[in-house]
Amino acid sequence: AMEAVKQGAATLGIKGKNYAVVVALKRASSDLSSHQKKIIPIDEHAGISIAGLTSDARILSRFMRTECLNHRYVYGSPLSISRLVSSVGDKAQTGTQIMGRRPYGVGLMVAGCDETGPHIYYICPSSNFYECKCMAIGSRSQSARTYLERHKDEFKNVEDLNELVAHALPALPDCLPN
Amino acid sequence: MAVLIDSKAAMEPTQHRFSPYAMNGGTVVAVAGDDFAVIGSDTRLSEGYSILSRDVSKVRNVTKACLLGSVGFHGDVLTLTKMMDARLKQYLHTHGKEMPCEAIAQMLSTTLYYRRFFPYYTYNMVAGLDKQGKGCVFSYDPVGSYERESYRASGSASAIIQPLLDNQIGFKNQSNVDTSIPMTRERVRDLVRDIFAAASERDIYTGDEVEIAIIDKNGIETVRYPLRSD
Repeated sequence: AMEAVKQGAATLGIKGKNYAVVVALKRASSDLSSHQKKIIPIDEHAGISIAGLTSDARILSRFMRTECLNHRYVYGSPLSISRLVSSVGDKAQTGTQIMGRRPYGVGLMVAGCDETGPHIYYICPSSNFYECKCMAIGSRSQSARTYLERHKDEFKNVEDLNELVAHALPALPDCLPN
Repeated sequence: MAVLIDSKAAMEPTQHRFSPYAMNGGTVVAVAGDDFAVIGSDTRLSEGYSILSRDVSKVRNVTKACLLGSVGFHGDVLTLTKMMDARLKQYLHTHGKEMPCEAIAQMLSTTLYYRRFFPYYTYNMVAGLDKQGKGCVFSYDPVGSYERESYRASGSASAIIQPLLDNQIGFKNQSNVDTSIPMTRERVRDLVRDIFAAASERDIYTGDEVEIAIIDKNGIETVRYPLRSD
């Protein structure tokens, strides 16, 4: 299942002072087909970018949406990202332990903002999740990770959204084929 | 005869029952124009002869092109609005666009009817722009029976206001009336303001402030005017 993520098109996430941003490379499987949707909104304060099996991502994003909706309905406030991510992790874990089931073959890059500020989380198919300062996943993402590692102190205090996006975009071209 | 009945009633055992509903008063008025819709409500919340709040509007934005006005039992109003907000967000996520006004109207009807045997004690109105961009107003009863109309008043002062709307907007019961007067936003807004002022004179549950929202393709504009505080 971890292989499925490595085969998927690259996506990365970074966060600044006030915003968390995910950027994705949309790949088209052929010249005739449309580019695969990679970024899925979850709630007003959270969204995800996926790498791997899109169908598994649909299930997980539907689950995340209902969790956020339920929390808002019951408590009148947005669900904190750490709780959202750990509930996804718990759901995904059953696929790795119960006989006859398979793990979700998709890596989720979660970007969200709650009372403690912006967050970037990466959820593996193994159901492990990691809070990140910045992260890149998918095929040919090593170059993006190296770029982010080198430049990570440049954007950690950026307040403006457009400026933050401008920091994220240059990491992607290295992930393109050829 | 009357004395006999009274003393008989005093002998019979009475049972105190908890009522799950309360009447919190308030009035909502909505008018549909050619390319706009107007919905206004008073901001008074009452119970019996007491005022609970002078600053609770009964109209809520549900989307950029639609508003929902609800009066009746405020507990059910709040729950119904929460439910509708959640359903609207689900629609946005699955369809990738906001829910159109007619769809919201139909969904509200089915939502209300689910509770046919323990209803939401709310009198609702949906006002907004339809898919063609024309103004639309839908009015409901507590169990979801609804109809699209050009204008409607609902709530505690509805019996006072509805005939006035029939006369001024529907031009009913007037002779030699000039029906070519254009129904502009300003005219409707001022009319709704005066209508609420008139209703506050006679209905104790209506007053304090009137909040009027005008929806057109440019968005929703809200304005408040004071009303009698007694």
